Amino acid sequence: MSDKKVLPQFFKKESPKRAYMDSLQVLDILDRNRLVQTGIDFAGVDRSGTFMQMDDSVVHCGVQQPGVEVMSTEEAVSRYDWLMDYYWRTVSPETDEYTAYAHEHSRHGYFIRALPGVKSTQPVQASLYIAENGFAQAVHNIIIVEEGAELNIITGCASGHAVRTGMHLGISEFYVKKNAKLTFTMIHNWGEDMYVHPRSGMIVEEGGAFLSNFVCMHPVQELKMNPLTRLVGPGALVRSHSILVAQPGVKMDVGSRVYLEAPNTRAEIIARALTTGGDIINRGHLRGDAPGVKAHLECHGLILSKEGIIHAIPELEARVAGAEMSHEAAVGKIAPEEIEYLMARGLSEEEATSTIVRGFLNVQMEGLPAELQAEIDRAVKQSQDSIM
Amino acid sequence: MLEINGLKVAVAGKVILEDINLVINDGEAHVLFGPNGSGKSTLLGAISGFARYQILDGEIIFKDVDITHKPVHERALLGIGLMFQRPPTIKGLPMEDMIRICGQGREVPKELPERLNFAKFMHREVNHGFSGGELKRSELLQLMAQDPDLVLLDEPESGVDVENIALIGESINQLLDRDGLNDNALCPRRKRELRRKSGLVITHTGHILNYVNPDVGHVLFDGRLSCMGNPRELFGCIQKIGYGECVRCSQTCS
Repeated sequence: MSDKKVLPQFFKKESPKRAYMDSLQVLDILDRNRLVQTGIDFAGVDRSGTFMQMDDSVVHCGVQQPGVEVMSTEEAVSRYDWLMDYYWRTVSPETDEYTAYAHEHSRHGYFIRALPGVKSTQPVQASLYIAENGFAQAVHNIIIVEEGAELNIITGCASGHAVRTGMHLGISEFYVKKNAKLTFTMIHNWGEDMYVHPRSGMIVEEGGAFLSNFVCMHPVQELKMNPLTRLVGPGALVRSHSILVAQPGVKMDVGSRVYLEAPNTRAEIIARALTTGGDIINRGHLRGDAPGVKAHLECHGLILSKEGIIHAIPELEARVAGAEMSHEAAVGKIAPEEIEYLMARGLSEEEATSTIVRGFLNVQMEGLPAELQAEIDRAVKQSQDSIM
Repeated sequence: MLEINGLKVAVAGKVILEDINLVINDGEAHVLFGPNGSGKSTLLGAISGFARYQILDGEIIFKDVDITHKPVHERALLGIGLMFQRPPTIKGLPMEDMIRICGQGREVPKELPERLNFAKFMHREVNHGFSGGELKRSELLQLMAQDPDLVLLDEPESGVDVENIALIGESINQLLDRDGLNDNALCPRRKRELRRKSGLVITHTGHILNYVNPDVGHVLFDGRLSCMGNPRELFGCIQKIGYGECVRCSQTCS
């Protein structure tokens, strides 16, 4: 994607120690402004648990519901020796320079777990925040939803107002056990010169469901991720929805891979990519390994400017008879007929265009608390205002 | 209401309509007959102001305002409403939002969707996956919310099944202020005098005449308005001798 690779070694390995806070409400107003757009609730009353890491330091961690565990991964490793079975199991350290660096240097990250049969009543929120300019933040996150349990997690990743440049490396490993359900919403709010490389792997067992929502509408220098979800038990399900908006200078290479390894597993990947001058590569790869699988991939791209590239790469790979897989990809500009249609109902050309863009980005995400949906709607509107 | 003088329209450089003269008075409904490709949709598109219809000559006056070169939405706000023959899909925009847009800030009567048997579509994306008949009802619902003074209908009966055609006809009469035939409060003549809504209806099959009773008929042939008269008589004549003959007759008679 870029000519020269920007490696983690170019950034600071160390960051100043940040003091622990009893409540996120004591956060600096400038930091709060950065985080509020990622759906973080500072009082935490409507949350089952909260985790916040600033640079290398865990600055807040708390849990409000019995049966739900929220802590730093390092603490979890020292508490549970069985956790090593979940460590680096879905992502290999040898994947690339970024995973290798994270393997060596990662500090903390969140460990979130629901015990068997426990259903979180409110979302758990986790925030990974970079406050130190030029710092390479590397974290290792693990989520385990035990048998029959349900978790709804909101993660906000952001960089501070004073952070011009930096890197975020996040290793994430999610395990959705038999008949469990994980709803995972991730909102990114980076700075213009940030390099972001999440590497994620998910395993969903029999009857389990993984619902993933990803929103990135703010500038970022480079965002590269292509998480792999493996559906290993019969009837397992994944639904992935993402919204990507690339402003000038932004380079995104974002994908979703699903391996349907067990019979009757289902996958749905829906992506909306919009550029106002940046470049987006939107990948999707569905692999059907077992009979009776059903999978659909949908990638729609909209180009609103002279500059900017949307490169959709949908892939279907069926390895067995009876796999039912489809994809739908469409990239283009707004059709003049659609604008005139709305104008014939009384909207001006600008109003018609923004109505179409809003509709384009209106992807129905599941399991979102009302205020987070409102936040996403607001972010959509805001990004719209800045591009129109 | 509408006055068109010497209108000449081209699409992609090719002249489609020539020397069109048409007057639609307040409260009048006109019907436009014509074979495929004669320019019927072009005329409605030119009145609506769509970019692909280039006005080479002439003028369009609506409510005493020269709208010949006004943008589409200004014409809509002045009171022109079009029922599209093939409306596009608007992804991610729910019908209910579209109906609000059509209302142009006015309150839209809540019972409208129900009346068009369309309530269960209100959460669906505009026109997405709609059948032929559903598209027509979607369009009529939008027009009813828009409540235009001049209603332009482009083949309202095409693709509609027998079950729905009566509902479509009824809705068009409502749009044109021609409904409530059983309403005895006013005598028919008085009602006609009070009527303000005007319309221009394109029909290819003439089927819609079974449900709507227009005042004036026109024949558009080869880009020209060549005949004008009683809609039913005209249509009967076209059915009997065809468009070509009909036009020749009007030329020899006049």
